[in-house]
Amino acid sequence: MLVLENVHTHYGKIEALHGVSVEVKKGEIVSLIGANGAGKTTLLMTVCGNPQASSGRVLLEGRDITRDPTSQIMRSGIAIVPEGRRVFSGLTVEENLHMGGFFNTKAEIRKSQDHVYELFPRLKEREQQRAGTMSGGEQQMLAIGRALMSKPRMIILDEPSLGLAPIVIQQIFEIIGQLREEGITVFLVEQNAHQALNLADRGYVLETGRIRLHDTGKNLLANPDVRNAYLGG
Amino acid sequence: MAAQNFKHALFCAVITLVISYPILGLNLVAEGTSVGLEGATTGTVINVFLAAVAVFLFQLFRDNIMGIFGKVPNLNPLPKRGPVSQERRMLMERVFFVAIILFALLWPFIVSRGAVDLATLVLIYIMLALGLNVVVGLAGLLDLGYVAFYAVGAYTFALLSQYFGVSFWLALPIGALLAALFGFVLGFPVLRLRGDYLAIVTLGFGEIIRILLNNWTSLTGGPNGIGGIPDPTLFGMEFGRRVKEEGNVSFHETFGIAYSGEHKVIFLYLIALVLAIFTLLVIRRFMRMPVGRAWEALREDEIAARSLGLSRTAVKLSAFTIGAFFAGFAGTVFASKQGFISPESFVFLESAIILAIVVLGGMGSQVGVILAAIAVTILPELAREFSEYRMLIFGAAMVLMMVWRPQGLLPMRRIQIELKEQG
Repeated sequence: MLVLENVHTHYGKIEALHGVSVEVKKGEIVSLIGANGAGKTTLLMTVCGNPQASSGRVLLEGRDITRDPTSQIMRSGIAIVPEGRRVFSGLTVEENLHMGGFFNTKAEIRKSQDHVYELFPRLKEREQQRAGTMSGGEQQMLAIGRALMSKPRMIILDEPSLGLAPIVIQQIFEIIGQLREEGITVFLVEQNAHQALNLADRGYVLETGRIRLHDTGKNLLANPDVRNAYLGG
Repeated sequence: MAAQNFKHALFCAVITLVISYPILGLNLVAEGTSVGLEGATTGTVINVFLAAVAVFLFQLFRDNIMGIFGKVPNLNPLPKRGPVSQERRMLMERVFFVAIILFALLWPFIVSRGAVDLATLVLIYIMLALGLNVVVGLAGLLDLGYVAFYAVGAYTFALLSQYFGVSFWLALPIGALLAALFGFVLGFPVLRLRGDYLAIVTLGFGEIIRILLNNWTSLTGGPNGIGGIPDPTLFGMEFGRRVKEEGNVSFHETFGIAYSGEHKVIFLYLIALVLAIFTLLVIRRFMRMPVGRAWEALREDEIAARSLGLSRTAVKLSAFTIGAFFAGFAGTVFASKQGFISPESFVFLESAIILAIVVLGGMGSQVGVILAAIAVTILPELAREFSEYRMLIFGAAMVLMMVWRPQGLLPMRRIQIELKEQG
């Protein structure tokens, strides 16, 4: 589905990713974990083409998207839930969702909207409320819902658990599991390593711009190095 | 509280003295070939000191005074009223528009010629402000050089009529399209910039256009401007006493009525009215279209908007181009109304006034912007009796406005929270 081949990414002269290779297969949940500043977000941004990889290739469903403009990449069956939710706080829940389906027809939007409300009944209750007035958990649900509006084949989540209460995190992860059932490929970037690896089919550990470890989620959870570094021993 | 402010208040009073005494308290007197200084009358000096005392007292009790200002909104006749429902709001807006349009249609037949002329100017500002509202209010791009597109529209008509004898009706779309083209071309390099940087670049662009017009004497006549811009015609009927152009007939002869200079003024007013309504409706339509939501989304959160596949450049460019288009419209009408234009009409102050209208009216709100355009254009006229103090009054009104309603006269209201009983 998504393949990164030996990707190097620079911010100006500073290299943030030193040749990263990651593969996400169709229908999988793949987690990427790493400490602050490891390059997790940079990796995601490289997939989105902002900044573009300085060398290496990014392939989406076999097509090279390394040099595509961001707007085009985001319209080709991939959706991202950005870090920190970033809902349109002045717009209502419904308008936020409609923005997510910007390039779809009205009928498609209505269908995806009903589907999102099914996944998150809470959003239905708050349909006419301004997004900025909702709680963090509700905003995260909205951000995920908005990403789903474009009917993506693959969804990328950047730190969906950031700043949320444990019970809400639990809900969010349940929903992510549900997305897999629906056949959506999930690429999950998390600091909450325990939850992320538990859910994931496979996981990657990113450290200072390099992939350190790559294994199934269960194996990584059991790995003593990972336990020491990310799970508090 | 007052004690803490004492030092600050004293400082402000001294500054007032230092600034105003040399300006008001000393006069330049010509003594033959040299210039000498002379103290002003005692009255002026006393006034200067009184002003300093006033500043001192205001700063001393600043918190109390501002506190009183803060209480004023509570005098609102409808305090804490519930949010108006979306349908009701739409209905009210529609009623407001219909009422104001009907009133505007009757206006020229009930007031004097001067008032109609002023109303035409108000309509031109409404067009400009509605256009800028797209750029600043909806798309959130701070444009300080908006007057440049206004100038492009006006000069397009002036030059085309001077060199090619093009009529108003043909020049109107050309002027608007050319202004839109300028907006588009300017948009490309500057739209990677954000916030303050964008403001500075657009400010520079506005000045470039003005200075170009000022210095390209061979084409634009430089500071002398271009005169003799023709009035609009009504299906080939001219409004002058005598027909200027071959093949045209005059309005008053066709209808067999006595010639009156008022016909022309009223006709221009009606044209401006129709164009202002056109501007209003077109932009209203845009706001309801996906592109309108894209503008707002980009203003709210650029990263999120891009993550949804919106192209930053395309969205910003569309806002810039549409805004410029309507400025070109307004410029053409302005050139026709004045009959004479020069770079003097397109100084930075104009950009600032249009921006002030948008901010005063409430960013993004069309009703608010229209009200503000009326207020801002008419206020200096009403204050004309105060002659040299009218800009002072204008400024004071703005300051008070921002203290009372920083969000603008009628801020753009989005749908409000719908409270539901949680069982």
